Amino acid sequence: MFIVELGRGLWTTLRMMFEKPVTIQYPEVKRPMVARFKGRHNLHRYDNGLEKCIGCALCAAACPSDAIFVEAAENTDEVRYSPGERYASTYEINMLRCIFCGYCEDACPTEAIILGDNYELSFTDRRQAIYTKEMLILPVPEGGKSTPQKVEPGKFNRSIPLMENPKD
Amino acid sequence: MTAALLIEYVIKSGIILIGMTIGFAYVTYYERKALARIQTRIGPNRAGPWGILQPIADAVKLIFKEEFVPAKSDKLLFLLAPVITVIPALIITAVVPWGRSVTLFGRQIHLYLADVNVGILYLGAVASIAVYGIVLAGWSSNNKYAMMGGLRSTAQMISYELALGLSFVSVTLLAGSMSLVDIVETQGAHGFLGWIVWNLSQPLGFIIFLIAGMAETNRSPFDMPEAEQELTAGYHTEYSGMKFALFFMAEYIKIIAISMIASTLFLGGYLGPFVDKIPWLGPIYLFIKTIIMVFVFIWVRATFPRFRYDRLMAFGWKVLLPLAFLNMFIAGIITVLVGG
Repeated sequence: MFIVELGRGLWTTLRMMFEKPVTIQYPEVKRPMVARFKGRHNLHRYDNGLEKCIGCALCAAACPSDAIFVEAAENTDEVRYSPGERYASTYEINMLRCIFCGYCEDACPTEAIILGDNYELSFTDRRQAIYTKEMLILPVPEGGKSTPQKVEPGKFNRSIPLMENPKD
Repeated sequence: MTAALLIEYVIKSGIILIGMTIGFAYVTYYERKALARIQTRIGPNRAGPWGILQPIADAVKLIFKEEFVPAKSDKLLFLLAPVITVIPALIITAVVPWGRSVTLFGRQIHLYLADVNVGILYLGAVASIAVYGIVLAGWSSNNKYAMMGGLRSTAQMISYELALGLSFVSVTLLAGSMSLVDIVETQGAHGFLGWIVWNLSQPLGFIIFLIAGMAETNRSPFDMPEAEQELTAGYHTEYSGMKFALFFMAEYIKIIAISMIASTLFLGGYLGPFVDKIPWLGPIYLFIKTIIMVFVFIWVRATFPRFRYDRLMAFGWKVLLPLAFLNMFIAGIITVLVGG
């Protein structure tokens, strides 16, 4: 009957009041991100602290929205940033241009650039949208040394390490 | 009239006006919180502890908004319409008693602003004025949606005010008086049992009053004049800033008023345990009953979708009005049997 149906509707809404709210209190509580989430890029390091990025600019070439700017400089054994001949002296990503497609990640020969799980990219100024190398690079892992390092000659000649197939 | 009496009335009026305005602010907060809980959300909780400063933040925002007046509107009526809507809402509760009398500073003070012997007529009359504001707002905006909202409002008010008036009539018959103080006292005359009997004789009247009251306040599921999906915002499409806030103020104050009147007429008003020993409990009981009634309004809004317009009219004229007559008939029989 009509009245019964109305009563059932009211009962349903009243019952929902005693359920746990589904709201996530965002800035205080953050949802775990899925493993393959494509957020802000990170520049990775080797375990010894050397940067993976060798300044080849393949990411900049692959970028469909031309968001990445790379400038390379020469490594020496006295002042070494990354294995091999060169390193990225300037590495900038314009987050207003970036579409988070992950092509840079695919293009990178050393797996230096990987899209992380940081999605909190807000700025009050267009200039703040340009993320520099200092902002993107991960901290030195435990047991490593920060760059530039002074290394023994002839140890880090190979720019691109021998890599296994990805497991993920 | 002595100066003390004058001051007393001014203070009481001030309490009603300020109380209603603060009540409006916090009913919006209460509604947002209750709706959120029903939809398994949390609701506003950022401004102040548990978000209790949210209404103040909203008010500040609305004050600083641009006051936009459409170029081809009827300027005078456009400015007047929110005022006409909000004033009846503010003064409607003047006849609703909050308690018996208390002694304060050596004076006996009645806890009501006015004990009018035609209190119920006053309620009906003042409640209908607000529709002028809505119609004028619709007309003066020079906007087709606003116009439609205003017209719908008129038609809806006429259909539902009859049922509302008839539910008043049955209460009047039972109490033998139109004064709200007398009606409350009649309900409490025979103790708790008498109050139960009063309510058992009036369940239909109570439901009719609630439904008509929801239509009267333009609340969902009767929010035809401002049906967002059909009329953008109905009669207040062209309003912004504080003028818009005044329309909302009128709507929410009328929710409080209708809840207060429903508690007074059907739920025993300020009556409750120990109220004859401690008269200050009266306003507290009325407050609690009003809060529960306001919750019913929110609850119904959260549950039911909007009526289709023709069904709204059909429901008003073909269902609610005959039921109200039937209820009046029952009340009449009870009055004759009990002996009035």
